[in-house]
Amino acid sequence: MSESTLLLDHGSGGMASNRLIGDLFFKHFGNPILNEMNDAALLNITGPITMSTDSYTVDPIFFSGGSIGTLAVHGTVNDVAMLGAKPRYLSCGFILEEGLDMSTLEKIVIEMAEAAKEADVLIVTGDTKVVPRGCVDKIFINTTGIGELILPEATSGAHAKPGDAILVSGTMGDHGLTVLSNREGLNFATDVKSDSAPLNHIVAALINEIGDIHVLRDPTRGGLATTLNEIAGQSNVTMNIVESQVPVRESVRNGCSFLGLDPFYLANEGKLICILPQEKAEAALTLMRSLKYGEEAVQVGTVLDPENAPGKPGQVVLETPLGGHRLLNMLEGEQLPRIC
Amino acid sequence: MNVSDSFKDPELCKKLLEQLHNELDAPLRFMEVCGTHTVAIFQSGLRPLLPKEIVHLSGPGCPVCVTHESEVAAFLDLAGKDGVILATFGDLMRVPGPKGRNLKLAQAEGARIEIVYSPLDALKLAQNNPNDTVVFLGVGFETTAPTIAASIMMAKQQNIKNFKVLSFHKMVPPALKVLLEDPECAVDAFLLPGHVSTILGMEPYHFVAETYNTPGVITGFDPVDILQSLLIMVEQRKTGKASIVNQYKRAVSDSGNAKAREIMFSVFDVAEAQWRGVGTIPDSGLIFKDEYEEFDALKALNITLRDVPQTPGCKCGEVLKGKMQPNECPLFAKACTPAKPVGPCMVSTEGSCAAYFKYQVTA
Repeated sequence: MSESTLLLDHGSGGMASNRLIGDLFFKHFGNPILNEMNDAALLNITGPITMSTDSYTVDPIFFSGGSIGTLAVHGTVNDVAMLGAKPRYLSCGFILEEGLDMSTLEKIVIEMAEAAKEADVLIVTGDTKVVPRGCVDKIFINTTGIGELILPEATSGAHAKPGDAILVSGTMGDHGLTVLSNREGLNFATDVKSDSAPLNHIVAALINEIGDIHVLRDPTRGGLATTLNEIAGQSNVTMNIVESQVPVRESVRNGCSFLGLDPFYLANEGKLICILPQEKAEAALTLMRSLKYGEEAVQVGTVLDPENAPGKPGQVVLETPLGGHRLLNMLEGEQLPRIC
Repeated sequence: MNVSDSFKDPELCKKLLEQLHNELDAPLRFMEVCGTHTVAIFQSGLRPLLPKEIVHLSGPGCPVCVTHESEVAAFLDLAGKDGVILATFGDLMRVPGPKGRNLKLAQAEGARIEIVYSPLDALKLAQNNPNDTVVFLGVGFETTAPTIAASIMMAKQQNIKNFKVLSFHKMVPPALKVLLEDPECAVDAFLLPGHVSTILGMEPYHFVAETYNTPGVITGFDPVDILQSLLIMVEQRKTGKASIVNQYKRAVSDSGNAKAREIMFSVFDVAEAQWRGVGTIPDSGLIFKDEYEEFDALKALNITLRDVPQTPGCKCGEVLKGKMQPNECPLFAKACTPAKPVGPCMVSTEGSCAAYFKYQVTA
């Protein structure tokens, strides 16, 4: 980029906007569909399709293991994939603060381009707005994704059945604690990093090689506990989660202990929950463990018939290492660090 | 297995539980003074595994829960005041004040409130905002008071004039005395707070055993800690000789942390304090010494604690005194839930009502 600082001019629609679009977005995101430069992208896609949108407003915008850019790609790619789809295309809307350092923006765009390439999706349309200083915190990104369903019937949070196994693709809480510790400059957590990653390749492998996948979900905001509660509610089942089986890195566990936070409620950006018949669990785990981003996959619990389970329909019960049971409830509000 | 894991060891817990079931010869009503213990007992799933004859009562050891209504009102009065930035630990954000208002709502309405992780962060905030007054909400027990005192000493050394602290600190041992002198107090033994005791050591608790013949065990937050402590209580009751035992020697020295106490008492004097639901307790609060009064937010910002009517129906006080279990409160899980808390026991992460609501398997 020849210019070093983002000005309101860059969002004006005039020459400065054109330079920004050409020198930055087309340079890094370029592909035949985007390069057509029409008002909309003409897509070659067959239905049924899945579609998801999300807006990303993370602070700080760069953190260990990722950035707002990687999140904006991974988050939407993963949401599109979780219905059992192959993500194909993304749109990308930027709301940028006047005065933003152009090299910062370029770094984010490059990371987005790399993330899209790894996920095998094309960024085919976009939008840029520049707002006066103070109206936005540096950069907000919205991405919308669409994908082609791999199976005739989409997976759904309402499809968990008694007897199913509940699998996770890896450790819980890495992203949430990383962002928190990077934001606050907490030096106890130097070796934690975000798990931000595309999960669509794992999803495709599970569907194509294992099949009969009932539920796929990525436990982002609200973490594992909230997501499981959502699924238990949608499916009207009880879930038994074995606490000692849920993988949490030692550094994350210690950081949470220090701050009075629970890793089960911290966001993940590169992990999925997979619920499928128990007899397929071992094969699914073996497959996930052979793939990038699934090496630490484990079974964490079982779906139960509420008739014969501790807990009511829609509840998630945690079996503690002592053999006791307690509720793993949905979080009320955000987790806040405690006094002592 | 590292040292910390051994205090969670399921096999050891199983043996201790068996021993507890065998040795318990009469109902035992113990009070976990500290809110973190309350949560630890629920979180570990220990509660349903304990003998049914063991009744555990919550105590006044959650700093958010015992923050008096008038003190919460003072936070809210300060929030939104021109030129003031409030700095606070996260726990206080959702504590309901008069008319159900809280700091979250005040923040949404434009008050400048920063959640910090240490009072030193609040000091930095003051340095970075020289044209504003940064007020740190000094809530907590002996655990947090020394670091807050250290931040005040640092502010004095560095001549940072725009840093102020509301000192609403509370001290735990005087509250135990109030409970023990209450004729309705039916506590057989105390599970004494691990964090607070790292500062205090054993000495301030001896009166519990010597004057009131009630056992007290300073303990940690893992299941083995709690089970060993219950066994000590049962054993003491059998012998009839109450004493204070430090089960948490890996973190608490018998003499506590003298340096931390020295810092705390360099900045603060002991004074009476108001405890929500408990009342005024002599020698249980910390007020500024004259030489540090320039950092006293009450004086600097001319704040007077005003009378605030108690929330009708809220039984937090009865819960904090061990006279009522959270689910016996008529508001529990009905008018009072974590989404719409009536009292602070339902909102604090260490609150006993919140723990009952959050962790209980209901079917």
